Amino acid sequence: MIIPHPLLGPRDSQEFTYLGDASLIERPDWQADNAVDQFHDYLYLRDNPAGAHRELWFHEQGDRSWLVVTRDTVTHEIISAELARDVAKAKGRSK
Amino acid sequence: MSQTNRIDGGLIDRARTLNFRFDGKTFQGHPGDTLASALLANGVRLMGRSFKYHRPRGPLTAGSEEPNALVELRTGARQEPNVRATVAELFDGLDARSQNHVGSLSRDWLAVNDLLSPFFAAGFYYKTFMWPKAFWEKLYEPMIRRAAGLGSLTKETDPDSYDKGFLHCDLLVIGAGPAGLSAALTAGRAGADVILADEDFVMGGRLNAETFAVGDMAPGDWAAQAVAELTSLPNVRLMPRTTVLGAFDHGIYGALERVSDHLAEPAPGKPRQTLWRIYTKRSILTAGAIERPIAFRNNDRPGIMLASALRSYANRWAAVPGKDVAIFTNNDDGHRTAADLLSKGVRVAAVIDSRLSEAPRTNRYEVVAGAQVVDSNGRLGVHSITVKLPGGDTRVIPCDALGVSGGWNPNVHLTCHQRGLPVWNEDIAAFVPGASLPQGMTVAGAANGAFSTAGALASGAGAAAAALGDLGIKAKPADLPQAEDDPIRITPLYHVPGKGRAWLDQQNDVTVKDVKLAHQEGYRSVEHLKRYTTLGMATDQGKTANIGGMAVMAEMTGKSIPETGTTIFRPPYTPVPIGAFAGRSAGKDFRPVRQTPSHSWAAEQGAVFVEVGMWLRAQWFPKKGETHWRQSVDREVLATRKSVGICDVTTLGKIDVQGTDAAEFLNKIYANAFAKLAVGKVRYGLMLREDGMAMDDGTTARLAEDHFVMTTTTANAVGVYRHMEFCRQCLWPDMDVQIISTTEAWAQYSVAGPNARKLLQKIVDPAFDISNEAFPYMGCGEITVCGGLRARLFRISFSGELAYEIAVPTRYGDALVRRMVEVGQEFDAIVYGTEALGVMRIEKGHAAGNELNGTTSALNLGMGGMVSKKKDSIGSTLSEREGMNREDALALVGFRPVNPSESFAAGCHFIAKGAEANAKNDQGYMTSVCFSPNLGYTIGLGFLKNGAARKGEVLRAVNPVQNAETLVEVVSAHFIDPEGERLRA
Amino acid sequence: MHDLAALTPLGAAAPRTDRVGAISVTEVTDRAIASVSTRNGKAKPFATAAKALFGIDLPAPGQSAAGPVWTLIWTGPDQWFAEAPFATHEDIAAIAKDALGDTASVTEQTDGWVRFDIEGPTAVDMMERLCPLPARRMKTGAASRSIIEHMGSLVICRAEGRHFSVIAPRSFAGSMHHALMASARSIA
Repeated sequence: MIIPHPLLGPRDSQEFTYLGDASLIERPDWQADNAVDQFHDYLYLRDNPAGAHRELWFHEQGDRSWLVVTRDTVTHEIISAELARDVAKAKGRSK
Repeated sequence: MSQTNRIDGGLIDRARTLNFRFDGKTFQGHPGDTLASALLANGVRLMGRSFKYHRPRGPLTAGSEEPNALVELRTGARQEPNVRATVAELFDGLDARSQNHVGSLSRDWLAVNDLLSPFFAAGFYYKTFMWPKAFWEKLYEPMIRRAAGLGSLTKETDPDSYDKGFLHCDLLVIGAGPAGLSAALTAGRAGADVILADEDFVMGGRLNAETFAVGDMAPGDWAAQAVAELTSLPNVRLMPRTTVLGAFDHGIYGALERVSDHLAEPAPGKPRQTLWRIYTKRSILTAGAIERPIAFRNNDRPGIMLASALRSYANRWAAVPGKDVAIFTNNDDGHRTAADLLSKGVRVAAVIDSRLSEAPRTNRYEVVAGAQVVDSNGRLGVHSITVKLPGGDTRVIPCDALGVSGGWNPNVHLTCHQRGLPVWNEDIAAFVPGASLPQGMTVAGAANGAFSTAGALASGAGAAAAALGDLGIKAKPADLPQAEDDPIRITPLYHVPGKGRAWLDQQNDVTVKDVKLAHQEGYRSVEHLKRYTTLGMATDQGKTANIGGMAVMAEMTGKSIPETGTTIFRPPYTPVPIGAFAGRSAGKDFRPVRQTPSHSWAAEQGAVFVEVGMWLRAQWFPKKGETHWRQSVDREVLATRKSVGICDVTTLGKIDVQGTDAAEFLNKIYANAFAKLAVGKVRYGLMLREDGMAMDDGTTARLAEDHFVMTTTTANAVGVYRHMEFCRQCLWPDMDVQIISTTEAWAQYSVAGPNARKLLQKIVDPAFDISNEAFPYMGCGEITVCGGLRARLFRISFSGELAYEIAVPTRYGDALVRRMVEVGQEFDAIVYGTEALGVMRIEKGHAAGNELNGTTSALNLGMGGMVSKKKDSIGSTLSEREGMNREDALALVGFRPVNPSESFAAGCHFIAKGAEANAKNDQGYMTSVCFSPNLGYTIGLGFLKNGAARKGEVLRAVNPVQNAETLVEVVSAHFIDPEGERLRA
Repeated sequence: MHDLAALTPLGAAAPRTDRVGAISVTEVTDRAIASVSTRNGKAKPFATAAKALFGIDLPAPGQSAAGPVWTLIWTGPDQWFAEAPFATHEDIAAIAKDALGDTASVTEQTDGWVRFDIEGPTAVDMMERLCPLPARRMKTGAASRSIIEHMGSLVICRAEGRHFSVIAPRSFAGSMHHALMASARSIA
């Protein structure tokens, strides 16, 4: 597969390692009342769509950026790839 | 010259003669011949025995779709089975042998299988070899193993090397026939980066096998001219002898280039083959079409081949399988073969055209219209055919070769590689590519159903212009020469009904009867048909068989062929040697090796090395007279604890962490507190996974307010770094923290033992005070050594002794270890390897990889108190889960044998005395074991339910795998210096 | 001056050059490297300090920039390798940190890497047997990390079509050299 790195252009997916669902960015608040339940869901519950899937790839053999890639799990078409840092900040993640 | 069946012309170089052997006999041929064409020229039609029934077979085709003429090529280490003689380029000294016979090719004892054929019908192995049960292992299986498979392997190591490569282009053209050449010319002249690949050794496709004019040139000459122009274009890469084997995601193609297969052996340093990964923006499949036969009783006799193959052999290779040739056809193309043969002076016995009114009439040769071939006669080769005339009478026509033309199938193979399904085209009675194609691919020429030469030329040029247009490159379709534009006139006929066996898949020996049997037994789906009968499952993927099989199935169900289903193909297009996929990663080069800075020095000392991931680490250093590893390891351990030992620990991951939020970041990554670690101090850090399980541990040193150096275990260095980047970029993107690996940049040695400080004081520059007061346990600092070399010193201990780790830039690592050994002589300093390192940490009770096995938590490790509840860190929340905090949770403790002369192994499970050794009574398991030279007996670490409260208890350490057990006593995990006095000396 | 002798990544006293046909493979050990990473909120003062120290502009993703003393190579978002002659800049991390102050994090990287320069008219033929980068299209100054025979490596085009540097983790020196030599022989 070719992943369109937002800074470096098209790169072979062999340069990357895959982590999983991009929902991993949304780490729960440890001080929430039901923190254990929230962390449980965060870690173990996943949707499994046949279609567009947002997922995390690490450019291990490249620039070490984490990317959020939107990929169609049926056709393998890659719809978009963004710097995960930008996605995280847009979601309000900070320190 | 005994090339009795050689005729004039052809693309062979008669100026040079090549000698070759087949089944022990020597023959002659010429450059440009394939093994098959040279054998045919020498009057040899019998080239093998079929897979199941051992029927005599000759080549059916003149290409890579060949099902029958599979030979063993070469001898010795390069011996290779199942080589298609139809594509094997002839070279001087070539040695080939036919396969799959016991006794000679002409007198195969296993031909008896053919007589027993009713027992070997499709799916027979699902119904036989079942009774009596005992016979399976002793008789049936060995029998089947001997009979199964085709060809034999050399069992010697492959002496050749294989390359891998990566190419990028705007346009990949797959197949260099008329459509491909005109596509490449169009795109090449427009300046695009073009790759034109063809599996053949001469480009031109069918142009090299035909005689009609292209423009005012012979078709082969036009092809050569096109190739010459393409060769002159710097933006065009021609790749003959290269099979594009698969269409993968996003325009990526795999291609196998046969660099040296046509030579006796590769030139020195050169690879046998190269496997290319081609990244394309667009591609055009111009793979042509493959003719299909018509099945009839005994249609598999040597001398019976596709009519177009007969034509190729005659026109391109100047060879004919017989002097008296008949043709059986259902379309006009069969007549072309008759005309070409006639013009070469070969007698055409007759053309049997199954069409009654549409069969063209001519006075150049006899046309038997409305007739069908119902049988062939001859033992090891055809000598006559039996023809059923329109009225019902039969007639025997003598002939020593028969060309069969059942129509043409566009070569859609690659269009299916991503589950694209072809669609049926009624006009040409064949499948053509469907709507769903691999990304960026279009299809042109015969592969798309444009069978005429003019059609192919136009289609290729048009496809190239369109593809380039998509890329924003202006391209003018190449000028097209005049060429034949004959329409396709075909009346479908897939098999001739009648008694006897009519062969569909000749490689797997599947007949029309077998397909009917499958249907009878209830297999309706074409996918079931394939697997039950094995039709289409041989190395040719049924290229000349699938349509025939589907036609029979359609007949049985009363449906049309497209209603029955569709063929689908998978990569590779033709077989690929495993060596090509391995490339350079074979033998010792399977994966790269990482060497430590002290490697040369250690090798000089005769160290025994061990693989730790990709690293080679010294495992122990045998001294003269030591014959067993325990002698060396015990000595190293005792010497270190007695005085001082040095060990290369460069391989442990080192990650540099800087930034104004570095401390806060470490606080999040580690379960224990780090934010308040003082500058100049080192702390042990436990890293959890988000689920609360221990992931890695190490020590982190604070060199400055905003500068830390973290260590990880060797095995987890890469994973921990990846995890840290995830946290930094995705979880806390606003933290001011920057990280980078420095594992390689610093050579690092541990110096351990009561005299460690004294040794170091000999190399640490006097400006730096490393006394116990100035540099206490768990201290760190940037220093210089040996007169000013920058270095880092960390007072940490894995062994439990007074110990330090000293780091210098790697280029000085070799010099440093030599210097330390030199100055250490006065202390009887030794260098120790990973075994001694392991023994000492077990004696001290330090957890390592065996204990951090992914299923153990901080609590299990005895570090439950280290997980701070006052801050958020990875894993802290889920480590509070009830199930992970039970009273009888596993706890890390030590074990020693009740009888000190006994030993035990890691992996033992603990069972109470008197209880049965089963999962229900399982109390825990042993993780690390060693012989302790300090204590004089075997010791171990392991996890025991509620272990901390059970010291003194005696348990059974059970080893069911090796059928052993030992009585062990539960003790503290800290066997040596439990109070830690030595550490703080 | 300290008295410890340095070894090259291939374990010898001096760097080696191998010639195979038209290709030369040269072990280059005379450059020091530091990694430089901008700190949060310091982009502007960092750019100023960097320009003052390096004398050249910071290159964009996929690029390197060479000046009379320093060469800069983009290695990641807000991250560069800074290369300078080892003879004058051995303590390169200290030199860079002095100049950049708190605008950036700096680490010494020199001995973390082995560099082999591949030169010759057929250099691209060799590169295309080693890594997935489009070497034939790389312009002078293009720099990108990729994989060569399972070893993560930085590839820099020093001169279009005929001179490339391959920079791999130092411990892989022997394996990388072996892979480069096999490739050079393959295209000879």
